[in-house]
Amino acid sequence: MQHGKYRFIVGFLAAPLTIYGLFVVWPFIQSIYYSFTDWSGLSPEFKMVGFKNFTRMLDDEVFWKSFQHSVLFVVLLPLVTLTLALFFAFMLNVGGRRRKSAAIAGVRGSSFYKVVYFFPQVLSIAIVALLFQFAYNPNSGALNSGLKLIGLDNVQPDWLGDPDLALWCVFAVLVWSTVGFFVVLFSAGMASIPRDYYEAALLDGANRITTFFRITLPLLWDTVQSGWAYMGILALGAESFAVVQIMTVGPNGGGPDYSTTVLPLYVYQKAFRDGQAAYATTIGVALLVVTLLFVAIVMKLGRRERLEY
Amino acid sequence: MGSTTAENTGYDNGSAGVGRRDLIKRSVALGLISVPTMSFLSACASGGDGDSGEKVEKGEKTAENPLAVNESAPLEIVIFDGGFGTKYAEDAKAVYEKKFPDAKVKFSSTQKIQSVLQPRFNQGTPPDLIDNSGAEQMDMGVLVGQKQLADLTPLLDAPSVDDPNKKVRDTLRPGIVEMGQFDGDPVWIMYYAYTVYGVWYSQKALDSLDAAYPETWDDMLAVCEKAKKKGMAGWTYAGKHPYYIPFSLYPMIAKVGGAEVLDAIDNLEPNAWKHPAVKTCFEAYYELYKKGYILDGTPGLDHIQSQTAWTEGKALFIPNGSWVENEAAKTMPADFDLAVSAPSGIDSSDKMPFGTIWASGGEPFVVPAKAKNPDGGMEQLRIMLGEDSSKNFTSSVKSLTAFNGGTDGIELTPGLKSGVAALEKAGDNVVNPRIQDWYVALQKEKIGVGGLGEMMAGRLTPAEAIKKIQGYADEAAKDDSIKHYKHQ
Repeated sequence: MQHGKYRFIVGFLAAPLTIYGLFVVWPFIQSIYYSFTDWSGLSPEFKMVGFKNFTRMLDDEVFWKSFQHSVLFVVLLPLVTLTLALFFAFMLNVGGRRRKSAAIAGVRGSSFYKVVYFFPQVLSIAIVALLFQFAYNPNSGALNSGLKLIGLDNVQPDWLGDPDLALWCVFAVLVWSTVGFFVVLFSAGMASIPRDYYEAALLDGANRITTFFRITLPLLWDTVQSGWAYMGILALGAESFAVVQIMTVGPNGGGPDYSTTVLPLYVYQKAFRDGQAAYATTIGVALLVVTLLFVAIVMKLGRRERLEY
Repeated sequence: MGSTTAENTGYDNGSAGVGRRDLIKRSVALGLISVPTMSFLSACASGGDGDSGEKVEKGEKTAENPLAVNESAPLEIVIFDGGFGTKYAEDAKAVYEKKFPDAKVKFSSTQKIQSVLQPRFNQGTPPDLIDNSGAEQMDMGVLVGQKQLADLTPLLDAPSVDDPNKKVRDTLRPGIVEMGQFDGDPVWIMYYAYTVYGVWYSQKALDSLDAAYPETWDDMLAVCEKAKKKGMAGWTYAGKHPYYIPFSLYPMIAKVGGAEVLDAIDNLEPNAWKHPAVKTCFEAYYELYKKGYILDGTPGLDHIQSQTAWTEGKALFIPNGSWVENEAAKTMPADFDLAVSAPSGIDSSDKMPFGTIWASGGEPFVVPAKAKNPDGGMEQLRIMLGEDSSKNFTSSVKSLTAFNGGTDGIELTPGLKSGVAALEKAGDNVVNPRIQDWYVALQKEKIGVGGLGEMMAGRLTPAEAIKKIQGYADEAAKDDSIKHYKHQ
């Protein structure tokens, strides 16, 4: 029966692998190649320049700033988002007080909260960013108006206009817009944890915190781990780019004073504003390395024994 | 994919005895190896250059058709849909269509010039005429440096639409042709609009303060103090796009220290920013911040938000360009009485007189070097530079054009009238800093956001800002990935 097994497998995998190779692997190889050229992106002519782009990148202050911000995002954003999402999901599903009908239930109104949490997912990230841009308007935005309303007339930050705050403003929007997705994801995960475990824990007199750390989290670990990797990639890629590009200062975002620039934004600026596509691909290669490192670390650190139930 | 196939064919010929199966195996292996090779990739990168570069044939050169446009060749125009809208260009297109009824004219507009057009440049199939403007403007310095633009000299030397005895060149406002040049004679860009930059304000608001526009900085501070007492901020600006500040700051530097200070800055000369005039002007502007004359929250406002705060009467002055009249029309009260002034100076010891102003071309039109019908693109520009089209533009979007004149018989709006008056007062004292179109990233992001924006928000002192900006300029001067230009 073993004979022909590989041919069988290859037969099935050929089409998806080809597509994957063509649309995922191939562009990577191409951009690595372009990072050794002086291609402008404006004309098809270019020549090889060796490691020139890479040495330039290592001396580039703005690159390092973007790098720092991206790394900060990739470390903190999953941590904050997932912690919040776990907390919310736990409260929605198991955190409630005991009621007559069910031993295990969420807090009162949990079905309503689920909708509220998920709502930002329905909006495109561009709309979210625009909405928050209005909220952050220091002159007439919701935030400063709110501060005025409660008598804090003297505390009127410039929000996105302040280099010390801008990055955190963007950070908050990213958390707000992604947390709902993970609440739903974790809720689904929690729903598949057998109720008996919780009931047993309750009978033993475990409180909510113990229940969470001893039962929910360990049984949910796989979901958390993939959530972590996914969130990290969001933080490094498309979402952070969109929010920074739309919300923050400067000709193409990234300010004030480079305080919010992130790697994907810098790639975009170099390729599509400065006509230095080759240098942009070089930064893209750096971004690729960071992403791979991140996923490797998450996978390595997160490895645990699987529990079957 | 030239290389793989070529090599495979070679292989095929040289290995007559190889069985079919082996051949396939080998060519697969060969394909795998040669996949990452250069020629393969470059073939992909340069995709589409097979049919590019083929220009349409020239038509017959006549008095009516001095550029020898092929009468039946298709023409493609892409217009930036911004503050001026697209109607003026559509009207001009109609004239072209009437003149060449056999030509199929494809007209489109976008706000995302770069996203739409950069791939087409890269493929070698750009349209024939582009209005390269807006926030997503393609960097002119880069386009010129990469030899992507056609020389517009034939257009300039062609007779004008209105008067066959006059060249197009001679019907233009001063400075327009020079602005389209980068190095030497070729003219790469035809700026269609003529923008007056300066300090914009409501004459009505100023009158309500019982004040005239201040000519010296002490007067400026006094007016701001008066405004403050009435609960009005002196200034606001596009805090998120602080590269609007130079619209009034640069001509002020020229007024205080002479136009050569700005030339040195444009040429990226060492220590150009350390000139005493720069320091004086930076300190003057910083004083606006220190005395609390800047509208609260300004650093967090974008251009529309700051203009709205200004039209609502929250601030008196705003540095801007003449497009503001059209752009802010929606929020501008009917009796706003928009006016523009050349920037105030320091005092009577300034090198240039009051009235020194920044005015230059706007709405840059280009004909790509690889356009299929470059003559058609230039002919369309020639039509637009005629008196009729120019008048149409001025009356519909409240801005001057590169065509010198064309304002007779049109009822000028307050802002436009004030702009024309400011130009008349300036006379020869019109400055035109080129750093804005030569080095976009340096001007907007580094000097604008990183330097001026930070200083006006009070996070840098003038001395620190100058040091930082000089550092940026020095960096740009030695960066060999950007092309450098010098005033001739």
